[in-house]
Amino acid sequence: MKLFKQNRIFNLSIKSQKIVLIIFLITLFIGLYEALILSPQDYLQGDSVRIMYVHVPSAWISLGIFSTIAFLSFLVFIFKNKNFFLIAKSLAPAGLVFNIIALVTGSLWGKPTWGTWWAWDARVTSMLILCLFYLMYIIAWRIFENKNYVIKVTSLIAIVGAINVPVVKFSVSWWSTLHQPASVNLMSETTIHSSMLIPLAIMTAAFVLFSLLIFLMKYNTELIKIKNKGLDRL
Amino acid sequence: MYGKKVKLRILFLVILLSSIVLTIFLVLKSLEENVIYFLSPTDVKNLNEIKYDKIRVGGMVKNNSVKINSQKITFIITDFKNEINVTYSGLVPNLFQEDKGVVAEGFLKDKNYFKAEKILAKHDENYMPPEIKEKLGEK
Repeated sequence: MKLFKQNRIFNLSIKSQKIVLIIFLITLFIGLYEALILSPQDYLQGDSVRIMYVHVPSAWISLGIFSTIAFLSFLVFIFKNKNFFLIAKSLAPAGLVFNIIALVTGSLWGKPTWGTWWAWDARVTSMLILCLFYLMYIIAWRIFENKNYVIKVTSLIAIVGAINVPVVKFSVSWWSTLHQPASVNLMSETTIHSSMLIPLAIMTAAFVLFSLLIFLMKYNTELIKIKNKGLDRL
Repeated sequence: MYGKKVKLRILFLVILLSSIVLTIFLVLKSLEENVIYFLSPTDVKNLNEIKYDKIRVGGMVKNNSVKINSQKITFIITDFKNEINVTYSGLVPNLFQEDKGVVAEGFLKDKNYFKAEKILAKHDENYMPPEIKEKLGEK
């Protein structure tokens, strides 16, 4: 019965991968066309503002994925939920990739605007710490053999790392940083002109779809590992 | 409702997280000088004694204060309460402009005079096309 259920999820995620891939490619094409060609230059930064369309969605997604992992890990740790740790584990690679993209594009953006590749300000440093937590989380899954133990350790890493998430978010308002404050706000007015906000939204959607694709691929791999019991070391 | 183990695990997490948060909070509190990337002119004014270490001072470049001659560039950093004079020789970032944010790294000579070794531009959270900026300027 359980195997049957797993097979169904497996087939479903194989099929959905193709659909997600197609929607991702279409969204990415529209997003890039909007971001690189249709959207205007910034009055101050000129063309280098276009780095924003990669940098900002990547940062959002890496934060969002880590929060999700932490939430799932919380449920795993408290209620011993058997399904969520696999989802959390499969989410991590996409989150790490986007975290690194955010750091690298931030560095590339920093040089023409701030005048430096790197600044040890609170936002940049807390983003680096987030990256280290991603690495710890992923490495921990690989180094511990005992299944119950590895689930506990990785869950704790994610839950402790979650403390850093609000620090990243509010670092620009708590301390004086070189990084500028948030432009897109839910509670107050957004300070990006709509002609730039639309490509930003489309690129965010594209990156979310890409994360979903990577997640589905990773999740499939994990299911295959479980099916072939011999390879199952989680 | 939930088993004893679940309650124990919740208690464990609450204690673990609150002790970590408290530790980080205390560490950051005591290291506040280092967490803050730059001081404002008001912070400089309020210093008990002048620090001769390398520090960063940030704020807005005061309107009509930038003077460039062959050797050096001088300008005033303001936070609209206090001001500090800055001299610098070298390249400035493209975004260095009057009425825009700036962070200068260097040494305090006295509370009103700062000798910068490096200039960083701090840009704000506003993004808009040039035409919109012009329209805003006309108003």
